[in-house]
Amino acid sequence: MKKIIAGGSTDATGLQVALPRAQAAGGRSTRFLESEGLLAGLLLAPTILLLGVFIAYPFIMGVWLSLSNTSVGNPGEFVGLRNFVKAWDDSIFQTAFRNTFYYTFFATVLKLALGMWLALLLNRHFRGKRIIRASMLLPFIIPTVLSTFAWRWMFDPTFSVLNWLLYRTGLIVTKIPFLSDGDYGMWCAIVVNTWRGMPFFAITLLAGLQTISPDLQEAASLDGANGWQRFWRVTWPLLKPVTLVVVVFSIIQTFSDFQLIYVLTGGGPANSTHLLATYAYQVGVATGLLGEGAAISLFMLPVLFIVVWVQLRYLRRLEGA
Amino acid sequence: MTTPRPVDRRGFLVTSGAAVGVAAAGLEGILSAHRAPAFAQGTKLHVLRWNDFVPACDVELKRQAPEASKALGAEIVFEFINANDLQSRITAAIQSSSGPDIIMMQHNWPFLYAGGVVDVADLAQWQAKEQGAFYPQSESAVKDGARFLALPHSIVGLQFAYRKSWFDDTGQTTWPKTLEELRQVGMKLKKKGRPIGQTLGHTFGDAPAWSYPLLWAFGGAETDKSGKKVVLADGKAAVESVKFMQAFWKDACDEGGLAWDDTNNNRAFMAGEISATLNGASIYIASKRGQDKIKDERGEPLVRDILHGPIPNGPAGSWGYHIPFEHAVMKYGKNVKLAKEFLKWLHGKEHFARWFEIAEGFSVGANKSWENHAMWSKVDGPMKIYRNAAQASRMVGWAGPPNAKATEVYSKYIITDMYAKAVQGMGADDAVKWAAAELQRIYG
Repeated sequence: MKKIIAGGSTDATGLQVALPRAQAAGGRSTRFLESEGLLAGLLLAPTILLLGVFIAYPFIMGVWLSLSNTSVGNPGEFVGLRNFVKAWDDSIFQTAFRNTFYYTFFATVLKLALGMWLALLLNRHFRGKRIIRASMLLPFIIPTVLSTFAWRWMFDPTFSVLNWLLYRTGLIVTKIPFLSDGDYGMWCAIVVNTWRGMPFFAITLLAGLQTISPDLQEAASLDGANGWQRFWRVTWPLLKPVTLVVVVFSIIQTFSDFQLIYVLTGGGPANSTHLLATYAYQVGVATGLLGEGAAISLFMLPVLFIVVWVQLRYLRRLEGA
Repeated sequence: MTTPRPVDRRGFLVTSGAAVGVAAAGLEGILSAHRAPAFAQGTKLHVLRWNDFVPACDVELKRQAPEASKALGAEIVFEFINANDLQSRITAAIQSSSGPDIIMMQHNWPFLYAGGVVDVADLAQWQAKEQGAFYPQSESAVKDGARFLALPHSIVGLQFAYRKSWFDDTGQTTWPKTLEELRQVGMKLKKKGRPIGQTLGHTFGDAPAWSYPLLWAFGGAETDKSGKKVVLADGKAAVESVKFMQAFWKDACDEGGLAWDDTNNNRAFMAGEISATLNGASIYIASKRGQDKIKDERGEPLVRDILHGPIPNGPAGSWGYHIPFEHAVMKYGKNVKLAKEFLKWLHGKEHFARWFEIAEGFSVGANKSWENHAMWSKVDGPMKIYRNAAQASRMVGWAGPPNAKATEVYSKYIITDMYAKAVQGMGADDAVKWAAAELQRIYG
């Protein structure tokens, strides 16, 4: 006797199983979902929509603006590469362009060196390690604008606590012009950027260090390797892929940095600390020349593209090896 | 709580004959009808202004807001932000077609945003009729042909605030008459650790209010009268002014001023760090209103030791740059009519007078007639200099018109940076050449 469980079809064994009764619409949606291409499209749609709205559209708008003489309240007309040529001939742009490389290079080198040093220290066992690790993240957690304001007060031309401290301890006899001299101002920005970004390096590198088997270190020790040799021959090669990723992220963030300079120096004195992002903002937003501002900011694109491309190629080579 | 029934503004206006009549009759109509005009229930008017250096002025505006709300039948909301953030906010608002209905502007900014503002020539005519002629700089800051790009509101006069006793100590018992005298006395003061404080930073008020007049004092100009030919590097005037600034900076000034904004000199002066600074009257007014706390080194209220003096004469004379302030009605706003009604309310003699009295001379009227207001007989002696200060003002862009190009020069701080570069070591000739090249790029 056939046993009927619930409405459905009869299988080869004669047992009827409880398959849902196919509805006309359900059938269509089932067939739709069974189509691999359509399902993939459906799943990708939200991401494509988000990327389109928040990345592609602003990017295309930015490119269009850079090729037009749009200013605030005026839609503008196509002017070809005139904005790029104008920017290239602009002495303030040239300063900002140089500054951006200078700032990115030194800030990244310092963050890498100090972050690595910190990561190596934190990879050791000591009392209070967890508290130290957690507190180390504070500069990274505090909003950049807020922490930079605090630094601005510390570097204040008149009321700097650092100047006061150095003066009181007899280390200086006149105030250090932290923010009122272009070179000092740029180095103040590099210091603040390093202070803020170092924890990101340290934590990421620490995570990388913890994936390295202690056996390898031990084996190297037994073979007579000293501390430096163990780092250079064992730790560094294994940490290289992580380091490269962190450096790529850092270069991208530092090269396009805005908040820190905007709050700390505003690009001054006399434009000597402008970066591409802050100068683009001054021209595009504060002065309202949106086309010229967009062109200045787009100068960042090829540089960042090359950096990312070179580093990703290198990473792929490492993975291949 | 019951939810109010949504009101169709258009429909309401059409059907409400009496209300339409009131609205058409303007403020006079509103006041004589003793009822609020016909703006839809829940209508809100958003007004963006700077954080005033006399905070009591903002308090007064907030106090007036409910009064205006009642008179106009719409909620008036003030927002106050840092003056240095205003330009970015204006750009963002115009580009996104959303934001405040009325924005306070300074200098000749309205030219930069001409495409995004409503012509208020009708209001300007009304204000001039009610209060007399505008100061030339207030009118030229907003007038583009027959259009008024914004409605002139006030002027912040800038004079040197200085420590009388400290100047006396150097033997200088009167305010210097020439820039060279100022440098000489500044040199003595700096040797005593009491330098003059002047910003050359990227900041909206004190920096251009010093750098532009300094150029004019030596006979320099951005362009010729047409505003088309850059004349900055013609002749020796600009170079001489830069050379003066280099010497003045080194001999007499607090060199930290390169990184100052408009607030640093106020703090430095009140802390006894500097002996003089070009400023609005905010130092005096703050010292007066806080005299229990703000004392000099002898423990006396600091305000008793503060006097004001104009920018001393240079070889070509002395001009100030007293900054015009205006209110622009934004084109994207949904309540343009209401915005105009509100400006009429705010700028009208009665309400402006209350605000003007609280400003105590820090801000003066955009119309010359405010020089005759009774307040001037009550203000302290050191404040009387602000009464006529606005008369001796030129506008950015001089000798050309203060058009959008002149605003661009201002917004990029080119004239200020010419001096800032020079005091940081660039030769005077090179600094002028640099600035002239930047001007050429803008004026074409």
